[in-house]
Amino acid sequence: MKVAELGEKLRQHFPEVAFHEDLENPQALIVPESDYRQVAERLRRDPELDFDYLEFQTCCDHPPNRLDFLAYFYSYQYRHRLALKVVLERGLPSLPSLADLWANADWNEREVFDLFGVVFHGHPDLRRIMMPEDWEGYPLRKDYLHPNVVKRPD
Amino acid sequence: MSSSLTSEEFELNMGPQHPSTHGVLRMLLKMDGEKVISCDPIVGYLHRSIEKMSENRTFAQVVPVTDRLDYCTSMTSNYVYVLSVEALGDITPPPRGQFIRTIMTELNRIASHLLWYGTFCLEIGATTPFLYSFADREKILDLFEMACGARLLYNYIRIGGVGRDLSQTFLDGMITFLDEWEPRILDYEALLDENPIFYNRTKGVGYLSIEKAKHYGVTGPNIRASGLAVDVRKDEPFAAYTDLEFDVPTSTEGDVFARYRIRMEEMRQSARILRQCFDKIPGGPASIPLNYRIKIPEGETYQHIESPRGDIGCYLVSRGGDMPWRCKFRTPSFVHIQIFRDLLPGVLIPDIMAICASFDIVLPETDR
Repeated sequence: MKVAELGEKLRQHFPEVAFHEDLENPQALIVPESDYRQVAERLRRDPELDFDYLEFQTCCDHPPNRLDFLAYFYSYQYRHRLALKVVLERGLPSLPSLADLWANADWNEREVFDLFGVVFHGHPDLRRIMMPEDWEGYPLRKDYLHPNVVKRPD
Repeated sequence: MSSSLTSEEFELNMGPQHPSTHGVLRMLLKMDGEKVISCDPIVGYLHRSIEKMSENRTFAQVVPVTDRLDYCTSMTSNYVYVLSVEALGDITPPPRGQFIRTIMTELNRIASHLLWYGTFCLEIGATTPFLYSFADREKILDLFEMACGARLLYNYIRIGGVGRDLSQTFLDGMITFLDEWEPRILDYEALLDENPIFYNRTKGVGYLSIEKAKHYGVTGPNIRASGLAVDVRKDEPFAAYTDLEFDVPTSTEGDVFARYRIRMEEMRQSARILRQCFDKIPGGPASIPLNYRIKIPEGETYQHIESPRGDIGCYLVSRGGDMPWRCKFRTPSFVHIQIFRDLLPGVLIPDIMAICASFDIVLPETDR
């Protein structure tokens, strides 16, 4: 199924959820923060969608106030792909964890927590993964300051 | 007889510097005697912030950074990044460039599998296969040196094509190499297949079921060894793979032995692909001329290809400038290491090496 068809199907299942097309990313569908978990659960459990492979989860920082969170899913059976995008507030964002649905989410979420500072509720073991335990700040945010980080020329 | 022997749990740190992990992987093991109770893999010792560095360089300057993702298959990591840039910028390299890319990634696949074969055998205590495979891998590195001047970090696959065109000498050299090397796969197999020690160390060890493999997001040869025929080269063909014939070897065993067998078969398929490339490679330019400080239109994309280790992907965001806004690499080893938590409990210490080595993990790629 194409992304548009998948979006249509999800809209039928969740009439109350405000899905948006993503104009920047043709593979993605924007879901509200509060519905991310139930939509992901549907992707995993619905035999007609059958997203059994979580490819990765990541973030992209857009200061001053936007932090995009993305999760890419793939179905081995139907060979279709969909990304869910959640637009978060910068500051101290948080999301529910998907580690019980896809084991792969465990480390991906730890990485996002480590480098972007998104807190995942219900994660079994949320701690830094790349950086040392006592590190301060979230290195992949655009306003991260460190003597070794050269400022990006504008 | 009542047993007066008692055992006590203890913690064991395997790594970060350990001869059998060839990379800085640390495993925090909880042991009961020789038996593993739980395992917590700890990574990050090789974190070089490649994703952050990519945000500070022009699109062309990021290519040599991707070399450092995975020193065993730099061509593949070059390629996946370049593919995302081209997808965003709507750039199509000429057909000859596509074939050269296919040749390079397949040669690199053989080189990487040879390196894996050698180190895997070392880990379970066989020294001779290592000498065989490294001598042959050296010949591939010589070919790479002829093409781009570098043996490990190539910076060869560029936006719009390749660094420079391949000469006929290279193509002839490639065929000479294949003719000499292909029969040697039989030697590699003869060293291990009929060896009872190897057989006992690998058969039925580290069984990975297909459900568990999917749950953990395992890809590449490791999931094919569990019985799922997925290969990005077949499912979503890139480069010249639509014009080429090859099989995707699978096995249903899912153990260390099966993962070894799959890689052996893959090398044969790579040789088959390379021979077809030699016959079919078209003439004409290898790349299209582009501005060095190329500007990529606004957008986001995710492109992925089949690396020797599995599904490698690049998620790229551009905001219309000459530098990536965000560049995330989805690397197979990062995913594969997680599964040790699940596979290692219950096994004995010597099996840890066999299981870890069979997944073909590369730490620079994990930590990025």
